[in-house]
Amino acid sequence: MADQQTIHLHVNGQAHTGNVAPRTHLIDWIREDLGLKGSHLGCEHGVCGACTVMVDGRIVRGCLTLAVQTDGCEVLTVEGLGALEPARALQQAFVRHNALQCGFCTAGMLMAALELVQNKPYATRAEVREWMSGNYCRCTGYHAIVDAVCEVLAQQMPEPAKGAA
Amino acid sequence: MKSPEFDYVKVRTLEQAIALLHANGDEARILAGGQSLLAALNMRLSEPSLLIDIGGLSVLRAIAVHGAFLRIGALATHTDIENSSLVAQHAPLLSLAVGRIAHRAIRNAGTFGGSIANADPAAEWPCCLLALDGWVLVRGPAGERRIAAADFFTGLYTTALADDEILLACDLPLAQRDDWFGFDELARRSGDYAICGLAVALRFSGSVVQSAHLSWLGLASTPLRSRRTEALLAGQPLDAATLQGVTDALLAELDPIADLTHTGATKRHLATVLARRLLEQALATRQGLQPGMH
Repeated sequence: MADQQTIHLHVNGQAHTGNVAPRTHLIDWIREDLGLKGSHLGCEHGVCGACTVMVDGRIVRGCLTLAVQTDGCEVLTVEGLGALEPARALQQAFVRHNALQCGFCTAGMLMAALELVQNKPYATRAEVREWMSGNYCRCTGYHAIVDAVCEVLAQQMPEPAKGAA
Repeated sequence: MKSPEFDYVKVRTLEQAIALLHANGDEARILAGGQSLLAALNMRLSEPSLLIDIGGLSVLRAIAVHGAFLRIGALATHTDIENSSLVAQHAPLLSLAVGRIAHRAIRNAGTFGGSIANADPAAEWPCCLLALDGWVLVRGPAGERRIAAADFFTGLYTTALADDEILLACDLPLAQRDDWFGFDELARRSGDYAICGLAVALRFSGSVVQSAHLSWLGLASTPLRSRRTEALLAGQPLDAATLQGVTDALLAELDPIADLTHTGATKRHLATVLARRLLEQALATRQGLQPGMH
């Protein structure tokens, strides 16, 4: 039996200490030990994107990240999005555009979209589609999701650049 | 699935990592970004007893010019490479290929060195390293050595790395003014492993191809150079006749391995499609540079 390891990290701004077996995935630790079940577990080998969370400001697969690897890191999950302005705008745009039906993919979609709107404010629709292609949705057919992300990008555009695009 | 149990050590020094590798042999695996390793563990394709996490060795993450080479540290992530102006300037082939590697969340964690050491024959970086005739820098208990890309990939997921050696970095020759690079691949879905892919490195002398490197992914148990076709291209102008000659030469030279959904013949055909696409791009670019050329 592999020894448990102690980790200290922040999740959604709150300090946590955990004792984890090395093989425990970040996503399982978040869901089972912290009880934050907003992030979902789909394929468990990095393909579907349902478990996407942010570690130190960048999206990663929660099923391809060990909890022990995130010792000392800042983790952000869907439960922490309400406190962030661009994320709130994304949530509202998802509702407005019906960008979810069953909701299983939504937490991962929002995390991926958040890194996009934070880092690529001038992304084109084609770039949004490419960026979001790492997250599977089996309900919406994607168009509504892309519409919602593009709307938030347009809202964020500085005034002089609007229209020029 | 959940991975089998293993022990985990996050090392503070390279020496500690090498000592652990040396002591544990092939029971130990190096954990870099983990984007292939952890998926393989989840699917129980691999059951190491120890993971040695080198993720804290920030010295291995640098991208910098060293003499005539661009040195890419083993822990540079795919996103680091995507964002690097040094890479865009000195190894533009990598900038062309990086967007084809999986998806953003994977590129944020996965590393250049991890991809090279994993030696997946369908992965982009081994193919690019071979196209550029790059070098692999490794260190073990006996010290450092440099291995040419052509000698590094020895078989399916198999390399010239010894069990107790760690990949430190790769050296890529700096791109020159008369070089042209192209990369393309065919995949069933964006971000999937490609059915077939091609990295092209051409060096021109005026309108004539001085040397050509055609490096393939997805066709064999390792990344593959089509050296007979390359030899045919060298010394030729890039025109319609040459393009037809390349297609014929590839059909004769390539003997791809079938996968679950594509026969070898299909892959051979797709390879000629990629070669034609990229060489036509090269031709158009060179004609743009040299308005008088036809």
